[in-house]
Amino acid sequence: MSESGHSATGYIVHHLTNLKVGEGFWALHIDTLFFSASLGALFLWLFMKAAKSATSDVPGPLQNFCEIMVDFVDTQVKDSFHGRNPVIAPLALTIFVWVFLWNTMDLVPVDLLPAIAGLLGIPYLRVVPSTDLNSTFGMSISVLLLVYYYSIKVKGPAHFTMEVLTHPFGKWLMPFNLLLRIVEDLAKPISLGLRLFGNLYAGELIFILIALLPWWIQFTLGWPWAVFHILVITLQAFIFMVLTIVYLSMAHEDH
Amino acid sequence: MNFNATLIGQMITFGLLVLFTMKYVWPPIIQAMQERQKRIADGLASAERGVHEQELAQAKAAQTLKEAKQQAADIVAQANKRANEIIEQSKLDARAEGNRQLVAAQAEIEQEVNRAREQLRGQVVNLAVAGAGKILKREVDEAANAAMLDDLVAQL
Repeated sequence: MSESGHSATGYIVHHLTNLKVGEGFWALHIDTLFFSASLGALFLWLFMKAAKSATSDVPGPLQNFCEIMVDFVDTQVKDSFHGRNPVIAPLALTIFVWVFLWNTMDLVPVDLLPAIAGLLGIPYLRVVPSTDLNSTFGMSISVLLLVYYYSIKVKGPAHFTMEVLTHPFGKWLMPFNLLLRIVEDLAKPISLGLRLFGNLYAGELIFILIALLPWWIQFTLGWPWAVFHILVITLQAFIFMVLTIVYLSMAHEDH
Repeated sequence: MNFNATLIGQMITFGLLVLFTMKYVWPPIIQAMQERQKRIADGLASAERGVHEQELAQAKAAQTLKEAKQQAADIVAQANKRANEIIEQSKLDARAEGNRQLVAAQAEIEQEVNRAREQLRGQVVNLAVAGAGKILKREVDEAANAAMLDDLVAQL
């Protein structure tokens, strides 16, 4: 790592550039899609394995681990969601584990995978899907769509429209109600997506900056930051999950 | 900060993951957990029941033991009573037997006395007759005087 300003900038920019095919909106971030799908597959494979051999006898270590996760998520759902919905708990589990796995990629040494990819002739590689806005917003917009789906399904289209138009100021201030509702509903996915993105993007950036230090001093900053990051990645996954549950439970309740 | 089709790709991936989790991951794990919970609850309940039953059995054993002790005490008391009765009875019997033997002895003694008296009386009569004969110096017709002698004997 050279310490001259120019190549340091180049190094950072290089690390923050996605492997991309296509141009404009229809471009695809191959690295984001690949890593998120792989991590999703890892999650499904692990939990599927546990689920297939799930037994009410003494559980094996894998089943035990999966049960802890499931129980944890189930408790969260039961605490904040009082309706009946078979989707929410598995949805929350998927979000929690998937986001957690995304974030965990941040703990992989920042140069390791890009360097290997470089040897294979791949010019750019970003390994943490949650530092890509497309990932976090893909998830938060999906959650918003689910919120709308259940709002309309549970309350009925007429009741839902009424609610949008007359809450919270009553029917005489209809435009304001609508405006407020739009702001409120826009805030949900934006806050969800940006919170996760911002935390992980900043974390990754710090790792990149630490990687610019001389090699013999890096651990003095890298180690504490990585330890701190263990908290951050878990917390962010947890927050995303809990907020999803809260939004969906709001969709099931009358205001 | 560039949005592009990756967004849509991520949404599709997310949807598929959720569907899969819902169908194949969540239900078996949660079911196994609920079954185990039920089994643990049942186990605890039956342990509780076992403890309760043991208490009952202990109480019952104590009760039986108490009854057996009571019975044994009753039997001992009865035996004592019976033994006393037998002793009393034996004393009574012995006393009665003693009395009977005493009476028999007295009767025998009396008999002996009577017999001796009879003998004495006979001898007295003979002596009297011999004395009278010597005094009278004559033959006494024993046959004629027998009635008189018997009468005399009876008077003695």
